[in-house]
Amino acid sequence: MHPALQGLLTIVIGVGGCVGYFYFSNVLLDRVIFPARGRDMGRNINRANMVRPWLFLFPAIFALGLYLAYPVAETLRLSLTDRAAGGAFVGLANYQQMMAEPKFWEALRNNFMWLLIVPAAATGFGLLAAQLTDRIRWGNLAKSLIFMPMAISFVGAGVIWKLVYEQRPVDVEQIGVLNAIYLALGGAEPQTWMTIPLWNSIFLMVVLVWIQTGFAMVILSAALRGIPEETVEAAIIDGAGPFQIFFKIKVPQIMGTIMVVWTTITLVVLKVFDIVFAMTNGQWETQVLANYMFDKLFSANDWGVGSASAMIIMLLVTPILAWNVYNARKEMR
Amino acid sequence: MAELKLTKVGKTYGGSVEVLKDIDLDIKTGELIVFVGPSGCGKSTLLRMIAGLEKITGGTLEIDGMVVNDVPPAQRGIAMVFQTYALYPHMTVYDNMSFALKIAKKSREEIDEAVRKAAKILQLEEYLDRLPKALSGGQRQRVAIGRSIVRDPKVYLFDEPLSNLDAALRVATRIEIAQLKESMPDSTMIYVTHDQVEAMTLASRIVVLADKGIAQVGSPLDLYERPENEFVAQFIGSPAMNLIPGEIVGTGAQTTIKLDREGVAMSNVATTEADVGLKVNAGVRPEDLVEATGESYLYDGKVALLEALGEVTVLYFEPEHGRDPVIGKLPGIHDDLRGREVRLTADPAKVHVFHQGQSLLYR
Repeated sequence: MHPALQGLLTIVIGVGGCVGYFYFSNVLLDRVIFPARGRDMGRNINRANMVRPWLFLFPAIFALGLYLAYPVAETLRLSLTDRAAGGAFVGLANYQQMMAEPKFWEALRNNFMWLLIVPAAATGFGLLAAQLTDRIRWGNLAKSLIFMPMAISFVGAGVIWKLVYEQRPVDVEQIGVLNAIYLALGGAEPQTWMTIPLWNSIFLMVVLVWIQTGFAMVILSAALRGIPEETVEAAIIDGAGPFQIFFKIKVPQIMGTIMVVWTTITLVVLKVFDIVFAMTNGQWETQVLANYMFDKLFSANDWGVGSASAMIIMLLVTPILAWNVYNARKEMR
Repeated sequence: MAELKLTKVGKTYGGSVEVLKDIDLDIKTGELIVFVGPSGCGKSTLLRMIAGLEKITGGTLEIDGMVVNDVPPAQRGIAMVFQTYALYPHMTVYDNMSFALKIAKKSREEIDEAVRKAAKILQLEEYLDRLPKALSGGQRQRVAIGRSIVRDPKVYLFDEPLSNLDAALRVATRIEIAQLKESMPDSTMIYVTHDQVEAMTLASRIVVLADKGIAQVGSPLDLYERPENEFVAQFIGSPAMNLIPGEIVGTGAQTTIKLDREGVAMSNVATTEADVGLKVNAGVRPEDLVEATGESYLYDGKVALLEALGEVTVLYFEPEHGRDPVIGKLPGIHDDLRGREVRLTADPAKVHVFHQGQSLLYR
C-alpha cells in the first residue's frame, strides 16, 4: 500500500477509534449499565454521572500510565541493576560509578551553565523584542521572523548553526558566517569554533536561545498588552522616563508571566539533547546530562548508569516543574 | 496657583478626523472648572491635551503665561486622577504616593513628610503598607488623589474620578473632593464628568462641550437660569427642558408666544417689533410648570405616564408626532392626575425663547 494511504488510514482509524470509544462507551453506560428508566431511574442517572468522568478520562490515564508512570518506575529499577551481571540488583553501585566519572561532572557542570545562561538570555531577548516590536508598524512582521525558529526542530536548528560555525582552510572561501566575519574583522586564520572549550558550549547555547526567544516574546508581548494603559500614563505624568516606565512599571506588573516563561525554558534546557547530539555529541567538553544518558544507554549499552543519569535529570526537573505549574496557576487566577 | 489660557486649541486625528476646534478658555487661579458634555464630545481629550498625554494639533495652551504645547507632562506642573485610578498594582500605597517624588530625586525625609501629610488629609494613614488590591474602590480613588496631592501641582486634573464608584461612595467621594478644594483654595482644578450633579455641585464654572466646541461657559446657576442655546438648556437640568414650538405675536419687555398647539407662553425676554411672526421655541423647565388656575394656560394635555417619587411627581404627556413628550414636575404627590387632562402654565420669568437654537436673551 502507498505510504500516504497508510498514513491516511492510520489517521482515520485513530480518530475514528477515539470518537467511537467516547460515543459507544457513553451509550453503553446510559442505556445498558445504568439505564435512565424503570424503578431506579433517579439513582441510575446519579451513578452514571459519577462514573462518566472516569470513563472519559480512562484513555488518557491509561496512556500516561503506560508511557510515563511505568517508564519512571522501570528506569528506577534498572538504575539499581547491572546488565553485565544479568540484571542483578546492585544497589547504588551504578550511581557510585557515575559519580566517579569526570564526564558526568562535566555534563552536570555544563548543564548548570546552560541553566544560568539560556533561560535568562531567551527571556531577556524575548522581553526586549516584545517591547520593541509592540510600537512599530512592521512589528508584526518582526515578530513572525523572531518566532519562526520555534517551528524548526532542534536537530534542524543544530544543522543550520553547524553551517554558521563551519570552517574551511585559510586559502578557501569561508562558508561559515562566523568565520567569514571573523576573518573580515582581521582574524588571522579560520577557527574550529566547536573545539574551543567553554566557547563551544556558549555557541551551542546560542542555538537554543535563538529558538526560545520567539516563545518568550509571544507570551511576554501578550502580557505587556494586558498592562492597563492608564498606569503607564500615570507614570508619564509622574515624570518617569521610558526606562523607568519599562523597569519600574511594566516589568513588575508582568513578573508572574516572566517567571512562568523563565521556568518553562529552564525545563527545556535541563532536557537539552538534540542540539548537543547533532553538533558536537558531547565532545570537546560540551557534554550535557541528556546526551550523557544517551551515550550510556545506547552507545555503551550500559542501562544501569544510563538509567541512573536519567533519574538525576528527573530529580533536577521535578522541583522546577512543580514551581512552574504553581506559577502558571497563579497567573490564571 | 496657576492660570490656564487656551487659545484656538484644536485636535485632529490622522490629519482628517477633527474632534475639537477653536477652544478658547481662560481659567483663573483657584477655580474648579468642570467639563461636561455628551459621550464623545471630546471632554476627556481636552483634559488629556492639557495633561500632555495627547498632542495639541492646533492653537496654544499656556500655563502661567508660558506656552506648554511641547512641554512634557511631568514639567507642566499638573497632576491627574484617572477614572480607573491607575494605581501601580505592584506598589504599596506609600510607594504609589511617593513614586513621583522618587523619580524627581527628592530626599527621603522630604518624601516621607509629603506622603504622611497627604495620607493624613485623606485618612489613608493606616493603609500605607497595603497593596491597591487590598483596598476598596473609594480608598483606591483616595490613594489616586493622594498621589496628586503629594506632588503639589499647580493644576489638578480629574478624569471622571467617580464613575467607577457605586452610588453611595460617589456622593461621599464627591463631598470629599469639594472639601479638598475648600482646603486648598489656591489650587486650580479641572474636572471632567458626564454627571451633571457632579458638575453643578463642584464647579465654580462649567464648560459645556458639544459639537467639537464650547457650547457655553458659566457658573452652574448661570447655565441653569440663562442657557445660551437649546443644547445647554436641555443638557443642564433633569428631566430636560421642554421646547414647545410657536410664533411670536406680542413684543416688548414681555414677549407673547402663540404656541402651535393652542396655549400661549409669556416670557420676560425682551423683543422688538421686528420679531413679530418669528418662529421660536418656548423653553420651560419641567419644574417651572405649575397647574393653571385661571383661563390662560401654556400647555394642555393628557398625562400618559406618571412617576410618583413622593417628593415630586413627574408627568409625561402624550407626545405629538416626532417630538419629545412634554414633561411636568410638580412638587408633592399628585397620584390622581394619571390619565387626566391637565392644564399647565409658567411664570414669565422662567420661560426661555429660542430662535434657530439660540436664546433671544443673548442677542
